[in-house]
Amino acid sequence: MITKRRLVRLKNILMLLLLFVMTGCSKNYIVLDPKGPVGHAELRLIILSTILIAIVCVPVILLMLYIVYRYRDTPDNNAPYAPNWESSRLLEIIWWGVPIIIVAILGYHTTKGIYGLVKPPTTDKTPITIQVTSLDWKWLFQYPDQNIATVNHVRIPTGVPVQFVLTSDAPMNSFWVPQLGGQEYTMPGMAMRLWLQADHPGKYFGTGANFSGEGFAHMRFPVIAESQADFNQWVKKVKKTAPPMTQSEYEAIKNPGLIDQRTYSSYPPNSFVETLMKNGHHHTERRNENHDVPSTGTP
Amino acid sequence: MQTQHFFIVGDPLILGADISIILVSAAIIFVLTYFKKWGWLWREWLTTVDHKKIGIMYFISALLMLFRGGVDALLMRLQLMFPNMNLLESEHYNEIFTTHGTIMILFMAMPLIFAMFNIAVPLQIGARDVAYPFLNAVSFWLFFFGALLLNLSFVIGGSPNASWWGYPPLSELTFNPGPGENFYILSIQISGIGSIATGINFLITILKMRAPGMRLMDMPLFTWSVLSSCIVIIAAFPVLTVALFLLFMDRFAGAHFFTMTHGGDPMMYVNLFWMWGHPEVYIVVLPAFGIFSEVVSVFSKKVIFGYTSMVVSLLLISVYAYFTWVHHFFTMGAGADVNTFFSISTMLIAIPTGVKVFNWLLTMYRGRIRMTEPMLWTLGFIVCFVVGGATGVMLSVAPADYQYHNSYFVVAHFHNVLIGGTVFGMFAGMTYWWPKIFGFKLNPTLGKWAFWLWNIGFYVCFMPQYALGFMGMTRRIYTYPDDMGWTPYNVVSTIGAFIMALGFVFQVWQIVYSAKRMDRDVTGDPWDGHTLEWSTTSPAPYYNFAVIPKVEGRDAFWKEKKKRSQPDYKPEKRELKPIHFPKNSGIPFIMGVCFFIAGFGLTFHWVWLGVIGLIGVAATLYARSFQYDTEYVIPVEEIKKTEAALGRDI
Amino acid sequence: MAHAVETGVKHEDHESIKIAGFWIFLVQDVLLFATLFATYVVLRNHYAGGPTPKELFDVPGFVAETFILLTSSFTSGLAALQLNKKSVGGLITWLVITGVLGLAFLGFEINEFTNMVQEGATISTSAFLSAFFTLVGTHGAHVTLGLGWMLGLIIQLARRGITPVTSRKVSVLSLYWHFLDAVWIFIFTVVYLIGVM
Repeated sequence: MITKRRLVRLKNILMLLLLFVMTGCSKNYIVLDPKGPVGHAELRLIILSTILIAIVCVPVILLMLYIVYRYRDTPDNNAPYAPNWESSRLLEIIWWGVPIIIVAILGYHTTKGIYGLVKPPTTDKTPITIQVTSLDWKWLFQYPDQNIATVNHVRIPTGVPVQFVLTSDAPMNSFWVPQLGGQEYTMPGMAMRLWLQADHPGKYFGTGANFSGEGFAHMRFPVIAESQADFNQWVKKVKKTAPPMTQSEYEAIKNPGLIDQRTYSSYPPNSFVETLMKNGHHHTERRNENHDVPSTGTP
Repeated sequence: MQTQHFFIVGDPLILGADISIILVSAAIIFVLTYFKKWGWLWREWLTTVDHKKIGIMYFISALLMLFRGGVDALLMRLQLMFPNMNLLESEHYNEIFTTHGTIMILFMAMPLIFAMFNIAVPLQIGARDVAYPFLNAVSFWLFFFGALLLNLSFVIGGSPNASWWGYPPLSELTFNPGPGENFYILSIQISGIGSIATGINFLITILKMRAPGMRLMDMPLFTWSVLSSCIVIIAAFPVLTVALFLLFMDRFAGAHFFTMTHGGDPMMYVNLFWMWGHPEVYIVVLPAFGIFSEVVSVFSKKVIFGYTSMVVSLLLISVYAYFTWVHHFFTMGAGADVNTFFSISTMLIAIPTGVKVFNWLLTMYRGRIRMTEPMLWTLGFIVCFVVGGATGVMLSVAPADYQYHNSYFVVAHFHNVLIGGTVFGMFAGMTYWWPKIFGFKLNPTLGKWAFWLWNIGFYVCFMPQYALGFMGMTRRIYTYPDDMGWTPYNVVSTIGAFIMALGFVFQVWQIVYSAKRMDRDVTGDPWDGHTLEWSTTSPAPYYNFAVIPKVEGRDAFWKEKKKRSQPDYKPEKRELKPIHFPKNSGIPFIMGVCFFIAGFGLTFHWVWLGVIGLIGVAATLYARSFQYDTEYVIPVEEIKKTEAALGRDI
Repeated sequence: MAHAVETGVKHEDHESIKIAGFWIFLVQDVLLFATLFATYVVLRNHYAGGPTPKELFDVPGFVAETFILLTSSFTSGLAALQLNKKSVGGLITWLVITGVLGLAFLGFEINEFTNMVQEGATISTSAFLSAFFTLVGTHGAHVTLGLGWMLGLIIQLARRGITPVTSRKVSVLSLYWHFLDAVWIFIFTVVYLIGVM
């Protein structure tokens, strides 16, 4: 018990230290400054793995420095010299054993983390679905429940799990909003599910993370998280003021090039599923929780 | 195709390169002609089948490629030094990071390890050459002309620009109609054939050509590491060959393996690529582990600690290498079960790797550590690799990887293991075996400068990149805005890159200076070595050993030396016999030229030229098959003369 | 004379070392085909609206191909028997028969491919057909290479008779030929049989 409590205390100290070094000095370390449960779960694993490997790596480097000094080849060095010493059962068991234990601990937490992240981060709220399509070189967001669409910016309500369903109608990309959580690839013909959630209102940095050609560096988009009421207000306003997205408008957006942010009050029905089908979705036979075309796929 | 698309002349950088390439080529031709060296070049180098000379040619090519890939890196760092820089446009930047990656992995790291294979393995196992000397030359020339083809893309036709992964659909004809990707595919394909042949060659050399008495468990650890590396080459490269071949079929024959339409599956390329790509990392790092094992033991004046553990861990790593490939795309949503499996398998590979580090430390423990240059590189490696390995374990945690993936954290990590592991390893090997190959030591003072510049430069360059990863900076962007707080880190990182470049300059200076000033090594054993390569003269004669050594146990030469120092030691009478030796051959070079012609033709869809090249390849194969008079006998008199000239009388 | 000379390896081992290397070459070739098979299996349902194996594959055609190739493997075995008997004439005869059977196999395959292309089933029709043509075609290319090799070897045998070098070459070639046969049995099963079933 005592050792466990000590370990926890040690962990806390190290964690504080790490946080101080990495986040304490700057707000810019956005991965280490998550604003939702997914990002927090991932940060916990980042910290845990850093501590676990530090337990091995720091002593190894210190030991190396000590050995190099202690056994340097100078005439007056009286440290023991054993040129034929080549094995030690005990030491070898320790060398194989310590890493195995560390991998076991890390593996356990990793597994828990992986399975945790395929589920909605909170279950007491009804999730909202946003369909994301990466294009050359812009992001298209469609809200099947609200029947509105945006390009290069996206709004989400806070405290509500958001189910992003990702695909691409261009070379692969990857959808990443560091402060909400890790990324997931957008791939032609596949629908990938990524759960994210923002707990605090704010404007978060979103970006394409996988190289997709000439305009890739400009594929950034703000994610604006606001209260459910504000979000509803925004949807209403979009419905009233924004133009609709026609099929020809979609084709125009799809053309390679850079464009500014846009907002649409509606979009062609089924267009997300059609994009998927066009790029070969009926061929993919992978059946698991990440790949289903969502039941809410049609508005 | 119009001429201005064929020769790239628009860009001032490329124009400058064009001009300098023409000038350098002209200078080389002039010097060779003026000093009447063409015959010498052909007889001594282009047609050689001597593994040591092939090793030297690999080494020189690798250094040239390190220079080319390094210039790419410096250009990238300059472009990224400040936000919104205009040094390079997007397309140019994309070409440069693509060729940087391709060259550094396939045309720098691979030839560098092959240089060490060639230089050390036959000598270490007491053999006169590799199992197939002719094939060895073929391997080199295929690598050489593959590299030439890729580098040609810089000035003719345009470089590949879909990253060194070449993921479709970005690398497909629809999105990438130019010849760049064809250059990428065909150059890797040509040199890949050579790599497979090298894998087979050294595997058989090690299994079948060892000196009498040397059992597998007596082999030096470098030889063991080459054996493991060869196993991985043989098992992994065919997958790359197929992956690139299928991509080529898509682009050339209108197939639909990885296209977005007609049922193609881009994910399959990703899987195939990394089924080769991950083992590839071990192919280039295992030989480095072997070199460190040799160096640590010799410069601690001790036998290696935990030899069996070392061998077991090498073999474990080469098997595990196949079961981790998905960790390169945890974020492609393979599902929780798959990600869990590959997370754990990736962590497991850290265990044998960690054991190796511990064993190196224990080898130094209770030793007498000499701070020579090979040893410095080894110590630099241990620190660098421990950090790189640590971040590797961090990356293996799949949910955390969702945040690191495609960010500068990953960039920093793999440079940490590839520079810290492979490059430092090969530098250790270079400085260690240099006297054996060239007959003189490298100047240690300049070497230490090079070492410290590389090491300090490394951390200055890449530690900020870990931070940039945490700040959300993604890899492969050619420009970034100024509101993210990335600027200071990028400035520092760029400075670090230039410090490393300065380290490279010192190495070149060191080599040139040492060639002029350093004393000849007359002992053949300048480091008090443990293994057989130090028992022959420096440089080793072309037949390696006048008399094949007899081996009893590990560290054969060290034991032999101890025996010799006994007062009652009586040298055994060594009887010289004539040696059967392979003749030089021009066929490998010509075959390389033919492959180059075929590759160049297919790159531009000039089928006629491709066919001519391939007919040439078939013709060289036939010519070789009909050649029966491939060996000659070195008479005892000549062996005596050669040995006497090298200062040994028999 | 080999005994008078020291080479590190005994001279007579040279040929056995070459055979060992060829085995390793075959290992990498197995992996190459394994990758192509895996690709085929992944893509075999990706018809993209194009024809299916049932509509395309001609049962008598591929059964005949299989029969011919299996026979050629048998005749190359007979050639190896002649090698043991040291009969150059018999060896060359059986090699020629093997080569003719190989040519016949190729003829059938080319015929099959041309028919398919004429029916509009080309490598560009669907991912399934890309994988089919590439897998079967790669095997066909191996057979073609083997035939060229066989021709060269027959000429060498006629000129030099049976020596340690030529007999090693015959052994290596027959290894290669049996290997192609084994690969074909997998193609027969995975591509054709499962395709028409």
